[in-house]
Amino acid sequence: MTAAVAEPRATAEPLLKVRELDKHFGPVQALYHVDLDLPSGQVTALCGDNGAGKSVLTKCIAGAYQADHGQVFWEGQPVHIHNARDASRLGIETVYQDLALADNLDIVQNMFLGRERLRTGLLDEDAMERAAAETLASLRVTTVKSIRQPVASLSGGQRQSIAVAKAVMWNSKLVIMDEPTAALGVVQTRQVLDLIKRLRDKGLAVMVISHNLNDVFEVADRIAVMYLGRLVVQAPASSFDRQSVVDFMTTGGSSRTGGRTARES
Amino acid sequence: MAGLPERAEISPTADLTAAAPEAAAAELPPEIVAQSLGEYFRAYGGRIRAGESGVLPVVVAMVAIVVVFQAISPNNVYLSAGNVVNLFQQSAVIMVLAMAEGFALVLGEIDLSVGFVGACGAAITVQLVQPATTNWPWPLAIVAGLLFCLAFGAIQGLLITLLRLPSFIVTLGGFLVANGLFLKILLFGPFSGYPNLIGQTDNLHVIYYLMWGTIDPTTSWIGAGVAVAGLGALIWWSDSRRRGSGLVAPPASISLIKIGVVAVVAIVVVAICNVNRANLGTLEGVPWVIPIVLAVLAAWTILLQRTKYGRYVYAIGGNPEAARRAGINLTLIRTTGFMLCSFTAGVGMLLYGSYLNGMSNNVQGGQYVLYAVAAAVIGGTSLMGGRGRPLHGVLGGLVIGAIYNGMYLMGLQFEWQYIVTGLVLLAAIVIDAVSRRGSGSGSATRV
Repeated sequence: MTAAVAEPRATAEPLLKVRELDKHFGPVQALYHVDLDLPSGQVTALCGDNGAGKSVLTKCIAGAYQADHGQVFWEGQPVHIHNARDASRLGIETVYQDLALADNLDIVQNMFLGRERLRTGLLDEDAMERAAAETLASLRVTTVKSIRQPVASLSGGQRQSIAVAKAVMWNSKLVIMDEPTAALGVVQTRQVLDLIKRLRDKGLAVMVISHNLNDVFEVADRIAVMYLGRLVVQAPASSFDRQSVVDFMTTGGSSRTGGRTARES
Repeated sequence: MAGLPERAEISPTADLTAAAPEAAAAELPPEIVAQSLGEYFRAYGGRIRAGESGVLPVVVAMVAIVVVFQAISPNNVYLSAGNVVNLFQQSAVIMVLAMAEGFALVLGEIDLSVGFVGACGAAITVQLVQPATTNWPWPLAIVAGLLFCLAFGAIQGLLITLLRLPSFIVTLGGFLVANGLFLKILLFGPFSGYPNLIGQTDNLHVIYYLMWGTIDPTTSWIGAGVAVAGLGALIWWSDSRRRGSGLVAPPASISLIKIGVVAVVAIVVVAICNVNRANLGTLEGVPWVIPIVLAVLAAWTILLQRTKYGRYVYAIGGNPEAARRAGINLTLIRTTGFMLCSFTAGVGMLLYGSYLNGMSNNVQGGQYVLYAVAAAVIGGTSLMGGRGRPLHGVLGGLVIGAIYNGMYLMGLQFEWQYIVTGLVLLAAIVIDAVSRRGSGSGSATRV
C-alpha cells in the first residue's frame, strides 16, 4: 500500500521513501515500523509531541543514526546512509536547531566550511564569495548588510537563512529543518517561512519539524504526525484542521479528521 | 533560546536592515561596509564605541609606555637608537612566543608549556653545535631542536584531543616535565650547565648571529624596499581586483593608507637600526632577528588566513560542533595546532638562547609563558578562542618588550618585574573580556 497522498504528484515516485523503519535504544523502542514519503517540490511537516520520535527519524534519514530494520529508498533505489557524508552525497542536508554556524567566521566562510574552494593550494575567496552571493540572491536573502560580516552580528532570522542557504548550495534535493522558527520573532519567522516556500518552488523536497501549528498550516503541503514512535498519519495538509493535528499528536488518532490514518501496524 | 536579539522585531517593517541598522553596523569591520574614506572612519568610530577597537588599544598603550619611560629613564636613554634596537631584540623573543601561543588560543585552548618546551629545543641546538662535544653543523642542530619541540607538542596535543583532557592541565604538566628536561639537557658535556656560543666555529657564530648579526645599512634599505614594494603590490593588486569584480573590498584610499603605514614603519625601523649605536667603532644595520620574526609572521599569517588548515583552526575555536558537522577532523587540526605552537616556541627560545649567548638555568621559561599569553591577548587575540592573528602576537610582544625593557633600564628588581608582568596580564584579559562584551559575540556554542 502506498501512502495516502492524494495529490497528482503522488503518482510519481517520491524522492525519499522510508519503509518499516525500526530503531531502539536498549529497551526503548524509539521508532516502530515507520513509513514516510517525502516528495519533491513539496513541504512535508513532521509533527509530534516531545519524545514521539521526530528527531530519531530525522537522524536516521540524515545518517546520524543507523536504523535497526527497514529500508530507505532514494529516487526509487534502496540506499544505506551510514553517516552525514553519505547523506550529503545523495543530496540530503539537515539544518539543525542549533544551526552549527561558527560565530567568528563570516557568512561566506560559514557557507563553505568544510568544502572550501582552493586555487594553487590557497583559499579562493573570490570564487567562494561570488558563489555564496549567487545562492543568497537566488533565495532572495537580501537583508544581510554585507556577505563578509561575521555571523555573530546577524539576527536570528538571518542566521536561519544563512544556515538554510548553506544547506541548499550543494545541489541538495532534500532539506530537513529542525524547528526552524522556534527561536524567532514574528518578522523573522515570516522571512524563514518565505524561504521554505522558495525552496519548494525550486523543486526541492523539504521536511520541517515543528511544534508550531500556525507555521505548519502556513507552509506545509503535507503533514505527517508521529505518536510514541509510530507514524500515525500522513496526508495532504488540506485534509487536516488544527484540532485533528492536535488529536493525532496527543492521542495518536482523531475522530474528526478527513485525513485517513495512513497505517495501522 | 529566548535570548536572541529582540531589537529587529520592534519595527513592523519587513526590512530587517532598516530595523537594526545601528546595532549591526557598529559591530562590522569598517572595511566591509565602507565605500569611501569618510564612511570608513565613521564605521571605525562606531566600532570603537561598541568596544570592538582592533589594534587601537595597542597603539595607545605603546604611545603611553614610550612617553612614560622616555621621561623617567636615566638620561632619557629609552628612545636612543641603541636601546630601541635592543628593545626590538628583546621583544622578538616574546613576539615569536606569542605567535606560538596564538595557535593554542585561537583553537580555544591554552599552552602553558611554550617557555620550557622551546627552551629544551634551544638547549638541544646549543648543545649539538658545541665543538667540544658533538659539533653538529648548525642547520642540523636547529632541525633537531625543533623536531624535539614538534614531538613534545604532538604528545601534548594527542593527550588533549584523544583523551579529551583539559589543555590547561596537560600543558601545566608539560611545563614541569619540560622544565626538568631542560635542566637535564644543560648538564650534558663539560659546560657546568652553561653551554654557550662563545667560540670560533661557524656553527656557534650562526646561532649567535640569529640575534646579534646585522645586515649592512645599504642592504637593509634595499631589503626593506623590496619587502614594502612586494607587500604593497600584493595589497593593491588583490584589493583592486576585488573592487573590479564587485566583491567586498575596502575603498582605494584605504588600500593606499595600509601600504603607506607599512612603508612608514619599514622606513622608521630601518632608519633607527642604521644609526651607528656603538660607543666605540661601528655597530649599525638591521639585526637578523627582524627579518626572522617577519618571516615567521608571514608564514603563519598565510597559513592561518589563506589555507584550509587555518580556516579550520578558526572554525574549531569559534564553534567546534559546527566544525565537526562540517566534516573537519578535530583531532588532527587540534593536535597539529599544538605541534605548531611548540615548534614556533622552539624558534622563539632559540632566539632567546642567541640573545643570552648560550643557555643556562637562568632561562625564565615560566615567566616567558605569561609574557607570551599577555602579548597575544594585548595584541587582540581572544582567550576564548576563534579570534586572533599572528600580527597580534607581534604588536603585543612589542608592548610587553617595551615595558620589560623600560623596567630593566630603571634598574627595577625581579620582584617588581614579576608584579608588573602579572598586572599587565590581568589588564590584557580585562581588555579581552570587555571587548567581547561590547561586541556581543562571546556566546558561541562551546562543547
